[in-house]
Amino acid sequence: MPGPMKMRATLAQGVTEIRVLMTHPMETGQRKDPEGKLVPMHFIQNLTVKVNGKPVIEAQTSQAVSRNPVFSFRLKGGAKGDKIEVAWVDNKGESNSTEIAVA
Amino acid sequence: MNSIRRALVATFVFALVRPLSAFAAWNKEAFGAKTAADALKDLGIANATPSKDLSVDVPQIAENGAVVPIEISSAIPGTTALIVVIDKNPFPLISRFDFKEGALPFVKVNVKMGETSDVRVLAEAAGKYYVTTREVKVTIGGCGG
Repeated sequence: MPGPMKMRATLAQGVTEIRVLMTHPMETGQRKDPEGKLVPMHFIQNLTVKVNGKPVIEAQTSQAVSRNPVFSFRLKGGAKGDKIEVAWVDNKGESNSTEIAVA
Repeated sequence: MNSIRRALVATFVFALVRPLSAFAAWNKEAFGAKTAADALKDLGIANATPSKDLSVDVPQIAENGAVVPIEISSAIPGTTALIVVIDKNPFPLISRFDFKEGALPFVKVNVKMGETSDVRVLAEAAGKYYVTTREVKVTIGGCGG
């Protein structure tokens, strides 16, 4: 089950700053478990940021993003109350998304 | 029996994965490349011009390779993508961010580094590529754990 996400979006001086946390192991496939077996790769591959339903940022990521990734993004302008949605999908097809209104 | 089960599982997985096609494709070749040069080739980047308008904020020394903060932004007009490559990681391509109307070319994220390496950040603007490179010294690697 994908873990929870947390997001914050604030408008200041004409820039909306988005900070989003994803709960994810981001396994590289190189780490060994206590029994010495390699832990299989498990990591977020795609990430989309939408504003009022319109995609503005699309990211592809590798296993080298740190565990429980926190991304910060910036939008030009924006208005309080704009709906920001962030969604991800990993290499196992698990996914999650969260949304918040710009404060 | 086993093959029937496998077929059923395959169908199930396919059904699960299908609705996610709303996401952009993941560049399997570039992310699977073992050298920075191959990764860039797979991204279709032949050459990149060094640029001072590409800002890369990374620590000079990272004590913990598992969490290396990077903050990147581009002041190059018309920047539509930022790409992060860590030369000495087992898989050098870290991320590609595509920006559309409304987004600023800015990203802050933590990444893992296996060892001391150059961190290359590339920007795409009007079909051209620009690059800035910074070296990060890593005290304890963060890939094996």
